[in-house]
Amino acid sequence: MIKKFVYSQKVAPYVFVLPFIFIFLIFWSYPLLNSFIMSFQDRMLGQDPKWIGEANYSKLLTDKVFLTAIKNSVVYMLGTLVLLIPFPMLFAVMINSKLMLGREFFKSSFFLPALTSVAVAGTIFRLTFGEMEGSLMNSFLGLFGVEPVKFLKDGEWSMAALLILACWRWTGVNMLYYLSGLKSIDNEYYEAASIDGASAWQKFKNITMPLLKPTTIYVTTISVYAGLAMFTESLMMFNGNNSPKNIGLTIVGYLYRQGIEKNKLGYAAAVGIVLLVIAMVINLTQLKFSGMFKKEED
Amino acid sequence: MKKRSTLVSIVTILMLSLFLSACGKSSDSTTSTQQLGANAGENATELSFWTFVDLHGKHLDKMLGLWNQANPDKQIKLNVSVMPYDDMHNKLLLAVTSGKGAPDIADIELGQFPKFLEGDNVPLEALNDVFAPYKDVVVPSRVEIYSKADQVYGFDYHVGATLAFYNTEILEAADVDYKTIKTWEDYKQAGIKVFEKTGKYLGTADTSATWQASLLLAQQNSDFTDANGNPKVNSPEMIKAFEMLVDLQKNNVIHTIPGGQPDTEEAKGEYNKGNYASALMPEWYMSRFVNEMKDLKGKYAIAPLPVFEEGNPRSVGLGGTGTVVTKTAKNVQLAKEFVAFAKLSKEATTEIWNTLGFDPINMDVWKDDAVTKNPDNEYVQYFKTNAFDTLNEIKNEIQAIKSVKASPSIGSVLNTVTLNAIFEDGKDVKEALDEAQEAIEQELK
Repeated sequence: MIKKFVYSQKVAPYVFVLPFIFIFLIFWSYPLLNSFIMSFQDRMLGQDPKWIGEANYSKLLTDKVFLTAIKNSVVYMLGTLVLLIPFPMLFAVMINSKLMLGREFFKSSFFLPALTSVAVAGTIFRLTFGEMEGSLMNSFLGLFGVEPVKFLKDGEWSMAALLILACWRWTGVNMLYYLSGLKSIDNEYYEAASIDGASAWQKFKNITMPLLKPTTIYVTTISVYAGLAMFTESLMMFNGNNSPKNIGLTIVGYLYRQGIEKNKLGYAAAVGIVLLVIAMVINLTQLKFSGMFKKEED
Repeated sequence: MKKRSTLVSIVTILMLSLFLSACGKSSDSTTSTQQLGANAGENATELSFWTFVDLHGKHLDKMLGLWNQANPDKQIKLNVSVMPYDDMHNKLLLAVTSGKGAPDIADIELGQFPKFLEGDNVPLEALNDVFAPYKDVVVPSRVEIYSKADQVYGFDYHVGATLAFYNTEILEAADVDYKTIKTWEDYKQAGIKVFEKTGKYLGTADTSATWQASLLLAQQNSDFTDANGNPKVNSPEMIKAFEMLVDLQKNNVIHTIPGGQPDTEEAKGEYNKGNYASALMPEWYMSRFVNEMKDLKGKYAIAPLPVFEEGNPRSVGLGGTGTVVTKTAKNVQLAKEFVAFAKLSKEATTEIWNTLGFDPINMDVWKDDAVTKNPDNEYVQYFKTNAFDTLNEIKNEIQAIKSVKASPSIGSVLNTVTLNAIFEDGKDVKEALDEAQEAIEQELK
């Protein structure tokens, strides 16, 4: 009986996917369902939960700080899309080119920042963008006679600082995705194009870009999520979750403030559900328009 | 060629990742734990203690030595964990409310305290029985702030009476005598002179802390909240306070400071360089001078704060940390007795002044010249005047600012949004405070 079960070809696949199913149910579905329920409760650790209907959601709609957090997260997400998709693609093409000198060196040095801890990098960036005359950025600007700037007290400057941190950290990772995408493009296409007299730009536009589309879709999808869920970078950059005028507050930062700092778990759960909805809507729209849901056509 | 460059890059990566992972480790594991109570015997009870200030651990270490000597049958070994401020409070709140993983004894900062008293099941032990013997000698307002419904839950290290610290070297260069500064008008005239003659600012316009707002409210017998604990940050007293500060800022008497307030790394650097000539801060700021602004030794004098009109109360107790015993403590009674001994006894309060430089809440020590004027004490040596001369002068004028359920929200709105809007962006005071009131009410809904 047991032998039959173990050697059954019908059962085997289910056994193989079982660990995933368990992990999915225990660590994903259950918490998701639970936070969905919590978002309709007034809930604090150590006290009995109270069912309050959609009160948390209607409060969120009028919560100006939450709207600030959404705005910051969305601007940051859009910024990372603009900076972290075209440039890594370009760098990958350059590094992939046989004409490039020191390719391996660039590959590794672009990737290196991804290995550093965010805590270290964020702290260093905070000091770099400090408002003192002696901070790195201000001493640099001082060379050109520019007065010291209070970078981390100004909304636009601090968003720029967060984006610079993001570029420094993630350019190399996205570049690696594109490099692996490039490796899978058959060289014959380029040879054929050369014979037809195509220029380098034409080859890039008509061969490389379209064939990299699956990579681009993947990178866009994870960037949308990572951008919306950014938290640690801001926490480190502002040395805590409270930035001046909330210029560095993100959706997850607000979730942390309400749930962990203020022990309002129900309200924080509602913030989390809103984040999930925003990320899903953007990504599903994006995937639909890029044709990911269409069946493969031969 | 290719091989060599590969080799070079691999070596570079290895070296750098070693270096970086070393950095990562030290900063990720910021908690440090050590066991105190070396003189305890084998039968000693082991207790754990969480704090966010390294020096507090050192104080308990000394008290532990005395306790173990005096109580051979009730000896204690203490495991002290020092964590960063936010981190410790967040972890502690989760631990005590969930009933799992909390230490026996912990430090809770005043601003965070109301969160621990919310709801009907307070997760802390009432300390009334061990407090009773000290009831008559401690400053009552410093106990009330850690109480709820007549139950005392925490003992503070200090009163934190606000004082004025003046850099006499800069003031003399500008021909100003700090002793003549009695009112805010005097302060303004002095500041104008200082800026004209030395180009330095007399004080700070704080954007990330409410020390200034608190002391100005206390001088007008007002508060951030009304008698029922509801916020009133757009009260006439608040508006008067901030309009006065904005006037000082416009006259170059005060100026915003890197870090946002005197008690930050960046700001202490600015003070140490002599860019600001006074700090209007609670008494405990003395310890920051002595330990972190060593270049200023012998230059600073201590005086009472300026007031709106002579006769206004000149001080308010600000900041503070209550040491508590959690409900899940292994040996509740022992922990309570030890905390009372370590925070309220004569020995403890003497030690608090000697090692921490704080103004202890047991006022017996304030009158003891042998302790307060001890020439070997570094807090006596550092300053040109003795802190207790000023403290005893103002001791009947020390007000309190309430710490209630709304306080954490009031603090976070003022410190992140309002103060920046007023001092950095020049927003109209009334408008900024009205918006703050609205934001706080919204948050408390």
